[in-house]
Amino acid sequence: MRQFFVFARKEFYHIFRDKRTLLILFGMPVVQIILFGFAITNEIKNADIAVLDQSKDYYSTRLVQKLTAGGYFRIDRRLQSHRAIEDAFREGRIKMAVVIPPQFGQSFFHLNRAQVQLLADAGDPNTATTLINYATAIIGSYQQELNGQTQLPLTIATTVTMQYNAALKSVFLFVPGVMTLILLLVSAMMTSITIAREKELGTMEILLVSPLPPPLIVVGKVVPYIMLSFINALVILALGVFLFGMPIRGSMVLLLLECVLFVLTSLSLGILISTVTDKQQTAMMASMMGLLMPTTLLSGFIFPIESMPLPLQWLSNIMPAKWFIIILKDVMLKGAGLETVWFQTLVLCGMTLLFVVMSIRNFKIRLS
Amino acid sequence: MQPIVTNALTKKFGSFTATNAITFEVKQGEIFGFLGANGAGKTTAMRMLCGLLRPTSGEARVAGYDVYTQADKVKKNIGYMSQRFSLYEDLKVKENIRFYGGIYGLSNGAIREKTRQLLQKLEMEAEADLLVSALPLGWKQKLAFSVAILHNPSIVFLDEPTGGVDPITRRQFWDLIYEAASRGVTVFVTTHYMDEAEYCDRVSIMVDGRIQALDTPRQLKAQFGADSMDDVFLKLARGK
Repeated sequence: MRQFFVFARKEFYHIFRDKRTLLILFGMPVVQIILFGFAITNEIKNADIAVLDQSKDYYSTRLVQKLTAGGYFRIDRRLQSHRAIEDAFREGRIKMAVVIPPQFGQSFFHLNRAQVQLLADAGDPNTATTLINYATAIIGSYQQELNGQTQLPLTIATTVTMQYNAALKSVFLFVPGVMTLILLLVSAMMTSITIAREKELGTMEILLVSPLPPPLIVVGKVVPYIMLSFINALVILALGVFLFGMPIRGSMVLLLLECVLFVLTSLSLGILISTVTDKQQTAMMASMMGLLMPTTLLSGFIFPIESMPLPLQWLSNIMPAKWFIIILKDVMLKGAGLETVWFQTLVLCGMTLLFVVMSIRNFKIRLS
Repeated sequence: MQPIVTNALTKKFGSFTATNAITFEVKQGEIFGFLGANGAGKTTAMRMLCGLLRPTSGEARVAGYDVYTQADKVKKNIGYMSQRFSLYEDLKVKENIRFYGGIYGLSNGAIREKTRQLLQKLEMEAEADLLVSALPLGWKQKLAFSVAILHNPSIVFLDEPTGGVDPITRRQFWDLIYEAASRGVTVFVTTHYMDEAEYCDRVSIMVDGRIQALDTPRQLKAQFGADSMDDVFLKLARGK
């Protein structure tokens, strides 16, 4: 027992004296969260548009006002002719142009039909589609307003509710995803590097010759990282909640316990990687390539799993990250309890056990 | 019971035989040199004796314990210093001593006392709080040796301990070895510096996994008609 404390203390010295490790351990998560949270948004905010209002009557002016009222659009410039549209796009500052033909109000009330033209820069198809959709929705609601109380006979009225994320804040998708990624990367990578480093420096031999039981060597290496990863998880959670307004609708205790579980899963994965690498560089590369890339692509973090071809869907099941993201979203956004996420929790437990068993088997007690 | 006894100790890696049925004994308090060219099988043999590597066949008893079934007891009773050192560069001198002392089960009080003695003997009191990376190579080696025998083992294994330093510094290191041997510690040292062979009580020379010679340096020189251990070695290696 005392051996364990002596060993763990040494590990803490290593961690806190290695600037590089500290940077990865604490700097990276914070930077990632802030980057993802602030810089990358799917939603539209203050998108620059150009308006060509050829009517300039009360109704067209109202329409343009409505477009800009929600903070989604911002008028970059008012155009005076059709020719100017092309130029405006080419300059690159606007993403969409709104064209209102002459006599807008008159056409609407007397001809029962008015037209509005939306032109979007489809160089970025996703953004373009979103812009068009937003604008169409706003125009649609204006049309409702103008129609007043008129009720059409026998209509189907569709009510749309965006469950759990009414404002469709992309942050709600990204925070769980980034948290998962950070925990996975830091825990797995750090652990694999620390063990590879002992091997690379030759001090592993000394440890193996000493009376330290090999399992204790591994445990002693891992425990400091468990503690630090957990602190990381708390920091990320705090950032998510206080900076981005992520709710925690489920039990905080359950959430933290699941975090601990995932940290253990990642750490055991890191140990597994370290049993097959001898150099720190290799360990780092293996962690990055073998974990970061597939996880980002296949865990459901950015691209929905359901949209992937079947073989890839199966493949995504072996990513621990996929299961943890589900748990995070369920607990944080839906307020789910253990009775809902028990299966995913079980999967993570199983994976942890598997990695640990494989690591022990691989762990070369007798260097060869 | 002799500190080290082996009988037809063998290690094969697949079809390659690294150590081929070596048989020898080391006496208590002896400085035993284990010589051979690179790749002759020295390190493999030593790893088996330390309990790091499981032999393919043959017998070996270290400090009276069987290396197959009592490896953990072997480990408690030996000291070890590898060619790539034993000390953590990013830990201070004192922290290294405290770490290894703790690992080998010394009490806090014992560690403190031994640290004081060690630093005094090596004249490193001023450097106690320095990171090991700041020490010159020769000092690191001397410190590593002292740490290896901190827990008073009866045998200490040294795997090419003096690589990379000048002859004078090497000589100083050997002074430490002599001092330990005079206290009854058995020293098992591998080296490919043939001049260091002269410092040993007895020397064995491994060629291609077998022990081709085992005797005192003086007898070996007489036997092979050589002036130095260097010559002995060349004659042996050439004659294969």
